[in-house]
Amino acid sequence: MKRLLILGAGTGGTIMANKMRKILDREDWDITIIDQHKTHYYQPGFLFIPFGMYTRKDVVKPKTSFLPIGVHVIFQVIDRIDAPNNHVILQDGISLKYDFLIIATGTRVVPDETPGLKGPLWHKNIFDFYTIEGALALAEFLKTWQGGELVLNIADVPIKCPVAPLEFVMFADAFFVERGMRNKVNISYSTPMSGAFTKPRASKMLGALLEQKNINIIPDFYLEKVDNEKKILVSYDEREIPFDCLVTVPVHKGDPMIGRSGLGDEMDFAKAHKHTLQSDFFPNIFVIGDAGNFPTSKAGSVVHFQADVLTENLLCAIENRPFTESFDGHSNCYIETGFGKGALIDFNYDTEPLPGSFPFPGIGPFGLLKETRMNHYGKLIFRWIYWHILLKGKEMPIDSKMTMAGKKM
Amino acid sequence: MAQKIIAGVTVDVNEEGYFTNPAQWTKELAAEVAREEGIQLTDKHYAILDFLRERHSKGEALTIRSVGNSGIIDIKGFYGLFPGAPMKKAAKVAGIPKPASCV
Repeated sequence: MKRLLILGAGTGGTIMANKMRKILDREDWDITIIDQHKTHYYQPGFLFIPFGMYTRKDVVKPKTSFLPIGVHVIFQVIDRIDAPNNHVILQDGISLKYDFLIIATGTRVVPDETPGLKGPLWHKNIFDFYTIEGALALAEFLKTWQGGELVLNIADVPIKCPVAPLEFVMFADAFFVERGMRNKVNISYSTPMSGAFTKPRASKMLGALLEQKNINIIPDFYLEKVDNEKKILVSYDEREIPFDCLVTVPVHKGDPMIGRSGLGDEMDFAKAHKHTLQSDFFPNIFVIGDAGNFPTSKAGSVVHFQADVLTENLLCAIENRPFTESFDGHSNCYIETGFGKGALIDFNYDTEPLPGSFPFPGIGPFGLLKETRMNHYGKLIFRWIYWHILLKGKEMPIDSKMTMAGKKM
Repeated sequence: MAQKIIAGVTVDVNEEGYFTNPAQWTKELAAEVAREEGIQLTDKHYAILDFLRERHSKGEALTIRSVGNSGIIDIKGFYGLFPGAPMKKAAKVAGIPKPASCV
């Protein structure tokens, strides 16, 4: 009996368990998935929590609900991967042998990387919304806040869902307008990047939107520390931003287990080939999603597209054939812009987001790189699609490769 | 594609002055590009340039934090050597594309 071991039962691990169980013969292949947590979070939903649009129950479900029959599930902390010997060692000392391994352990926020961030004001005036705890604490805070300086800061890139911080400040604008207190709140968006977004045309479009909404962009701000007493952010080049409420997107890292196993870069992201998804170190190890050092967005849509490529390439590796699939960096993001509207971007490693219609050229129903009501509904409907279609590895009407059809140069 | 004559040598650059072909880079050209940015290169600068070029050649992402973790210099010191926007300036001097940030 051979074994496919999957580390991490988040979006990537769950999709791969579903896809591979359908393909690999149960007589020959055991599939085992390991995760330390029993709860699956719909992470895109965290954004909606601070504004009271979602509560905890809208974003959590048990992980086992999404794993197929015939896949063994182990809830345990992973100590390390002993890759030269094809073993994974769990915290309780149990050792599991594998023939092939998929690393899908994701990324996490590490506020401790920035001095003062997790100081006395943590979850009092300083909040993150990339964890359920942070999002809920911020929701409580905003219910009674009287206004002042609201500062969003991105400590460093890469981050999960690079558009979420933009969505946050646009939601905040709408939230305070609707409460009749927008004139009491200054909203700033401070980022280590040179603009609202990394890709030029999207950055221009989104930058203009922020300006329209009177949101102040502070570019090239690389956070060194937070002074809790003075309530200021300080950058490495000694610029200061005062805040009354700081919403932080802390430094992101991979799972420390990746570092312990010698399979990652200095931020514990597993090193792997950006097209084949194979580990740089061992041919029977593959990486999917946020856990990898791929130069792409860390987002569920990327994981979903990678899963199609990984399924094919894993089969190639198992059958000792050359790889037949190549991941192009395809990413597809709905962007909430507030007041019931949204934008949509679709891009890959080589092509930046362009205007047009999606997924059907000329028809849509979604508009690329523009604000429409339909895009907002797309984002809301997506939660249903995520739970019922995407996680289960079922077919979606969107190709894993990006297409130029419907896009305007 | 634009070209630029730096220290008597013609190199391919983009509209912002970044090398489009890292193979055309030499230490002498780096010194000249640095001068245009108002920087006098030292051994410490060159150690950083080598680090960035090596990472770039392996297709790895370039971030200020990765330089800070390189053992060559800390982030504060990196700002001291390439004032203002260290990663953008260092990439320009190192003859590699402007870091796109990972998105």
